[in-house]
Amino acid sequence: MKRNRVTECNDWFLERFPLTKLWNEHMAHYYAPKNFNFWYFFGSLALLVLVNQILTGIFLTMNYKPDAKLAFDSVEYIMRDVNWGWLIRYMHSTGSSAFFIVVYLHMFRGLLYGSFKHPRELVWIFGMLLFVALMAEAFMGYLLPWGQMSYWGAQVIISLFSAIPVIGDDLSLWLRGDYVVSDATLNRFFAFHVIAVPLALVMLVFLHIVALHEVGSNNPDGIEIKDSKDPWGHPVDGIPFHPYYTVKDLVGVGVFMLFFATVIFYIPEMGGYFLEPANFIPADPMKTPEHIAPVWYFTPFYAILRAIPDKFAGVIGMGGAIVVLFLLPWLDRSPVKSIRYRGGIYKKALMLFVISFIALGYLGTQPATPTATIVARFFTAIYFGFFLLMPLYTRWEKTKPVPKRLTTIHSLEEQLPALIEEITQIKQGSTEIGHAAFKSSFFAIRPNPKGIRNLISRLAKNAKGSLD
Amino acid sequence: MKNLIALLLLSLSFGVVASESIELQKANIDLSNNASLQRGAKHFVTYCLGCHSIKHIRYLRIALDIDVDPKKVLKDIAPEGANIYDQMHSAMNAHDAEKWFGTQPPDLSLIARSRGADWLYSYLKSYYIDPKSPRGVNNLIFEDTAMPNPLWQLQGEQHAEPRKNIWGHEYTNLVLKEPGTLSEGEFEIFVNDLVNFLVYVGEPVQLERQRLGKYVLFFILMFLVLAYLLKKEYWKNIH
Amino acid sequence: MKNEGVDQSKRQFLTTALTVVGAVGTGYLAVPFLAQMQPSAKAMAAGAPVEVDISKMEPGQLIRVAWRGKPVWILNRTPQVLETLITLDNELRDPLSLESIQPESSKNSVRSIKPEVFVAVGLCTHLGCSPTFRPEIAPNDLGDKWKGGFFCPCHGSWFDLAGRVYRGVPAPTNLEIPPYRYITETQLIIGEVPEEESV
Repeated sequence: MKRNRVTECNDWFLERFPLTKLWNEHMAHYYAPKNFNFWYFFGSLALLVLVNQILTGIFLTMNYKPDAKLAFDSVEYIMRDVNWGWLIRYMHSTGSSAFFIVVYLHMFRGLLYGSFKHPRELVWIFGMLLFVALMAEAFMGYLLPWGQMSYWGAQVIISLFSAIPVIGDDLSLWLRGDYVVSDATLNRFFAFHVIAVPLALVMLVFLHIVALHEVGSNNPDGIEIKDSKDPWGHPVDGIPFHPYYTVKDLVGVGVFMLFFATVIFYIPEMGGYFLEPANFIPADPMKTPEHIAPVWYFTPFYAILRAIPDKFAGVIGMGGAIVVLFLLPWLDRSPVKSIRYRGGIYKKALMLFVISFIALGYLGTQPATPTATIVARFFTAIYFGFFLLMPLYTRWEKTKPVPKRLTTIHSLEEQLPALIEEITQIKQGSTEIGHAAFKSSFFAIRPNPKGIRNLISRLAKNAKGSLD
Repeated sequence: MKNLIALLLLSLSFGVVASESIELQKANIDLSNNASLQRGAKHFVTYCLGCHSIKHIRYLRIALDIDVDPKKVLKDIAPEGANIYDQMHSAMNAHDAEKWFGTQPPDLSLIARSRGADWLYSYLKSYYIDPKSPRGVNNLIFEDTAMPNPLWQLQGEQHAEPRKNIWGHEYTNLVLKEPGTLSEGEFEIFVNDLVNFLVYVGEPVQLERQRLGKYVLFFILMFLVLAYLLKKEYWKNIH
Repeated sequence: MKNEGVDQSKRQFLTTALTVVGAVGTGYLAVPFLAQMQPSAKAMAAGAPVEVDISKMEPGQLIRVAWRGKPVWILNRTPQVLETLITLDNELRDPLSLESIQPESSKNSVRSIKPEVFVAVGLCTHLGCSPTFRPEIAPNDLGDKWKGGFFCPCHGSWFDLAGRVYRGVPAPTNLEIPPYRYITETQLIIGEVPEEESV
């Protein structure tokens, strides 16, 4: 009887709302390639971090005061007087850095496997818009604690707009709403940070996912799984997202949370990278800190800005570094998507790009000494070279033949037992004391130098082979 | 390729080159040492609270965190007339301060988070007699600091002597000429207690956060193991 | 799909176990978020006990102090008022304060520790408006039955000068008496119960 009531309620609801249809379309009957690897965790993790930011953000707003006189103290009030305020604040501050880590890895995945290429150009464009919105969100959020770094960081970045010819000065004045960064700026940044940009983010996430599910997910082989279907019309190499990838992503979530909680509970400042020491001093419009650097996730772009010795050109360079990412689907002329079947040039170029991105990121945190500037220019050239020369080198390079179906590569966990066997040997214990159980136990295992040498030389050969 | 790696290494090394400064002395921070924190709190009220507030902490919080009876905090640590719920405000008038020191003494609630414990420890120990300075004293760590040495009676008078190390680099050595009321070892403990207290004040929740972290990580690990087993179970037929 | 050879009971067990762990985790995670909406240390500091000096109070005078942000009345009652109070019992809803909130030391006919000094939270027990102090007897607007008391302008509840509610008005119980005690003969502390009660 009771059961019937529940079913009736269910039916009543389902007759009026396409819940089953939505669930099937995006989860239970959404076929994803079965060979997703490590790099495919970061999409769902980005969503998790977004939820974390929105939830913790809502609760922080309850005690935060967007007022130049009160803002700094209200953050400390949250850290000390509000019950559990410290945890919620650290979740939010660590979350912002985690967001960028996850998103950068997610974007790198796109570069590895050509996820931006036909037919997923729009997925990439929405993703890039998300990235820009995320940067705006992070930048404006960073002003809110109203510390020295918040203040002078905002001052510097808003001044960038004044480099634009003719309208520049008026534009930056309009953005600030005052002659310097002030209470007016703080208050409008608060409005943007807590409502305008989050709304845009959520909407873009929606568009990003809808566009993705229309064309289907790419995969490490860069093959369209929809090209080979079984008699029922399902991709042969596809598996339903739910339950297979929901349970798999839960593992990713677990690993992520392990790192996330470690930072929150043990190293919330992350050595001054997640929370900068100078930001524990209240904003002082009369005194710039000796060394100002944006938070780590902006430093690659900041280094490009500083590397260019002209104000306007610097701003163009910095903006260009982001704009050029939007053009990626049309810059890449390679007939294959995945790095697995590309030639050696793309692999080397991508490696150089990653090195230059990390190096620029590091340089952006350091004072701009003359040597540092020269090095930054060098890496800026590589950064842009990767994109601007792409139409040439991707067309020239010789690609490998792409298989029709997904290839299976044994995962590390499957390979591990054989690997361990290769690099270890059982200790030949003295027969009197050592009995059988001891011999096969963990303690009897010793590293095998010959096996390790073999393994290293094989890895080196593989690495070299894959680069050519 | 090799050039590139060399360049990368070069770029990594600047941080080290660029930050030439006087080496800081290491403070011994132990937030579980309640005795040290209690002494530090007392020292702070006696020697610092005259000018510097630590307005983000309340006496009651200190009492609860460092395990002292609130009544005892009011009697032994807090200045006369303080309420246990009060934040630790300095009695000094900001206007007077501006007149006397040329600047307002900053609130020290977060000084340990912006400067670091070792910096504070070294700073408090590095005052020396400098006839050229308008205040008659100077500081090796923070040159021309506006703050007079509040601890000079305890430490005594230090003088700066230029020295050369074995590579010929010049550096300044501080020598105690006129001993204070505390011995050198006692003074070190004194300053260390004070810095320990300031580190605590910078983030009172530190110990609690680390204690909780263990449980949270253990719980997540449990979740992870179960999630992994479930994933394996579902995926065993996918080849 | 490829369901052959699937150990359904193992799947079921692991799914249940993971759901339980996940639910417990979410529960624990919800605690900080809910707890942060509780009064903060600042609110508790502001809600700390308040000391009041009553040495300068005239007979018949009412003073208001804030405790936890609420108005607290202290009324110095004259002997006439105390006499009137005894005669009102039949018109009151809860003359003995059985259903009303007050500390043990004020649970008596005049609802106070010392009969002449009346302390109460000045918020109507109906919907939280603050009643007005009307000590005069039978004023024009309230009519002949008014023997002096507190009148709530929001919904017309009547209380006598011991904060006891009349019959036939919306307020359900007598005015709340906050915990308070005497430090000296003329000094009150509001927010702390007398020491014999706290042990």
